[in-house]
Amino acid sequence: MMEAKPKKEPLIHITKRDVMPLWKAILVRVIAIAIALAVSAGLVVILTQKNPLEIFSAMFNGSFGTPRKILNMLQDVAMLLCIALAVTPAFRMKFWNIGAEGQVLMGALASAALMYFLGGSGLPNGVLIPMMFIGSLAVGMIWAVIPAIFKAIWNTNETLFTLMMNYVAMQIIQICIASWATSGSGVMGVINLNTKLGWLPDLFGQKYILNIIFVALLTVFVFIYMKYSKQGYEIAVVGESENTARYIGINVKKVIIRTMLISGAMCGFAGFLLVSGASHTITKDLAGGMGFTAIMVSWLAKFNPAIMVGTSFLLVFLDKGASSIAMECRLNESVGEIITGIIIFFIIGCEFFIRYKINFRSSGKEAAK
Amino acid sequence: MESVAIELRGICKRFGRIQANNNVNLTLYHGEILSLLGENGSGKTTLMNMISGIYYPDAGQIFINGEEVVIKSPKDAFDHGIGMIHQHFKLIDVFTATENIVLGLEEKGRFDIKAASKRVKELCDRYGFILDPDKKIYEMSVSEKQTVEIIKVLYRGANILILDEPTAVLTPQETVKLFEVMRKMKEDGKAIIIITHKLNEVLSVSDRVTVLRKGETIGSVNTAEATAESLTEMMVGKKVVLNIERTDPDNPEDRLIIDGLNCINREGVQVLKDISFTAKAGEILGIAGIAGSGQRELLESIAGLQHVNTGSIVYIDPETGKEKKLRDMTPMQIRSLGVRLSFVPEDRLGMGLVGNMDIVDNMMLRSYSKGKSAFLQKKEPTDLAQQIVDRLEVVTPNISTPVRRLSGGNVQKVLVGREISSGPTVLMVAYPVRGLDINSSYLIYNLLNKQKENRAAVIFVGEDLDVLIALCDRIIVLGGGRITGEVDARNTTKEQIGYLMTKSAGGEE
Repeated sequence: MMEAKPKKEPLIHITKRDVMPLWKAILVRVIAIAIALAVSAGLVVILTQKNPLEIFSAMFNGSFGTPRKILNMLQDVAMLLCIALAVTPAFRMKFWNIGAEGQVLMGALASAALMYFLGGSGLPNGVLIPMMFIGSLAVGMIWAVIPAIFKAIWNTNETLFTLMMNYVAMQIIQICIASWATSGSGVMGVINLNTKLGWLPDLFGQKYILNIIFVALLTVFVFIYMKYSKQGYEIAVVGESENTARYIGINVKKVIIRTMLISGAMCGFAGFLLVSGASHTITKDLAGGMGFTAIMVSWLAKFNPAIMVGTSFLLVFLDKGASSIAMECRLNESVGEIITGIIIFFIIGCEFFIRYKINFRSSGKEAAK
Repeated sequence: MESVAIELRGICKRFGRIQANNNVNLTLYHGEILSLLGENGSGKTTLMNMISGIYYPDAGQIFINGEEVVIKSPKDAFDHGIGMIHQHFKLIDVFTATENIVLGLEEKGRFDIKAASKRVKELCDRYGFILDPDKKIYEMSVSEKQTVEIIKVLYRGANILILDEPTAVLTPQETVKLFEVMRKMKEDGKAIIIITHKLNEVLSVSDRVTVLRKGETIGSVNTAEATAESLTEMMVGKKVVLNIERTDPDNPEDRLIIDGLNCINREGVQVLKDISFTAKAGEILGIAGIAGSGQRELLESIAGLQHVNTGSIVYIDPETGKEKKLRDMTPMQIRSLGVRLSFVPEDRLGMGLVGNMDIVDNMMLRSYSKGKSAFLQKKEPTDLAQQIVDRLEVVTPNISTPVRRLSGGNVQKVLVGREISSGPTVLMVAYPVRGLDINSSYLIYNLLNKQKENRAAVIFVGEDLDVLIALCDRIIVLGGGRITGEVDARNTTKEQIGYLMTKSAGGEE
């Protein structure tokens, strides 16, 4: 027999795994988070000489410090989740809609405009709020269906198209604010501050509760729609293979347009909740990048609405934690962002180990004997 | 005694739970042609991919010219003189043959395309290839493209050639020519491995045969001592009757009448020219032709997937005898007319099925829209999936396994099973046994024969002329988008069909 020549063999090679058992997959993820915390703790000690426990407790306080903070956190989770749910049908269809930001903003603008112009008309909330609701949904749908129509008929690139539509939306809002704002400061201010017309009512003496309930219902709706409805099935088929969709007679153009209408309506709904149920005003930063973060929420959850609850919570928690660290520990906000980055890196990175196996040279040689 | 070109000892490779190769041994001598034979999933391609540097073995040794080597990449394989000709050509259309051949070669000094062209010419003369080195790839026939691929590896100095199902895309005449070239290369001392499913080719071209079954070497025999039956037995592990039972058509009546069909595709090329024929109930109509002669467009026009410029497609209802015009209808409209038209397309996972969906969801493709409810009805497709898995012996862990995880033969069973479950009156199948092993192939032939007995009009697009002649009742031959002839399958020869296949393909340019 010839002698083995280990120096020539590759050090490692990667093979694809079968499906990993669930408990093992969960264990991998838990270990990933533990390592992420350990690495960030180490980094914090090196960079700031502070006790890492102090930093982590500050992070935790960002979301859970006071009942007020918990409610704010839940509101943010609800809004992020709402937009994530909105982009999900389009993403399942492999329609890369990165224009959620603009669709939300346009929906919000519709609500704000109705509040602003009809605030003094004497319409009761029972009429005005449904009008705002419908207006937001309609405008969100219009904003989303424009790229869908271009895609369906002329096969334009939806990624660029939807992205550009965001900037158009922001500029339209700037123009509206400039012409409506009385002070000349370029800031809208709270609309109907005294009459509270067009404001979603508080529940149990707390604001945001209605928002949270609405989004919870929407989560259930999207879950059922995607999993059990015929339209959800069509979306999945079109996303997986347009050829198969044509082969069985699905009208692909119709599905693209219909799905973007639904997606846009949900974005509009998020805009409505942001204006009517939270800020009661409009700025071009109202969505605050959530239209993009929502894509990450949806993707991390592999488009499963139930898991999206968890991923949106995680991202909001990390974000709040980062700013809380900056405040409580009198550190630069960057420290919080570094920690957030490390944690997300490990969470996404551990998926690799769930799907692939790494074989080292030595183990391969043993198997050969 | 000839010298050993390549020797494999105890090669193992596993993917997850699947042991693709287990302790495989293989020896190839200089100056011989070795056939590698085995059913689907027996590990032939995996093994060849390890020799050509695409996969890395988990265990085992590879010796080339008696020396142990490690092949980590295709470049390593090239350095050891190994060249693989894949089924799918990797050529650049707008380049000439020579430009494709020298592409990616790093030679010292100034690049001289004239000298390269001369060397290509020399190689052609030496082995008897017929090729114009300055012809552009897009002007070439499939067989010419294959020639370019072979010269490409010879140009790089390959001594060990691996050809993966090279004859699948060729006419009988072209196959004969390829075999002549292979014999000349053999005489020149090259070592050649050929992978093919066609036993008559194995017997006619190779010197020895190595058989794999379920990832293991079953044995090697000298071709002179082997027969089709003995090889099949080695491959399958038991005796198999290689007979297609063809019954005489029972009272065939017209079911589908195609008249004067013309079709221009999106690139503005006329892909169908004046196609007229009739498919009859209770009969299998074969369609022969070189790949890309308009077979796909023809079937897709009938299925409502391809726009037709002129001509008519008329369906005659078996119950009422009334004519129904199908031209320019969508698949949904055809179905709502009550026409039970089933279609097994060539591209199984890209068109007939959704690879990432499980068997149940794939069953639903045809039936999901039934009924007024907005929600999916899962009961029926689940039952159907279970039925197909049981009746056609689909090898799968369960019915909620994504179909892309199944092997080629099982994917096809799922697709054919779904398409015949509706009791079709017209059944169109395109290359239904491509890439399938002997057992699965005969299962598919039997299913088609059963549909014929159930009075379906079966349209069978195939590439293996032996099968077309044995299975069909009538055969029409396509060449360059038109019908070049129609023959009675019971009174024809492969040569006759082969002649018709090439008849008008040349006249088109």
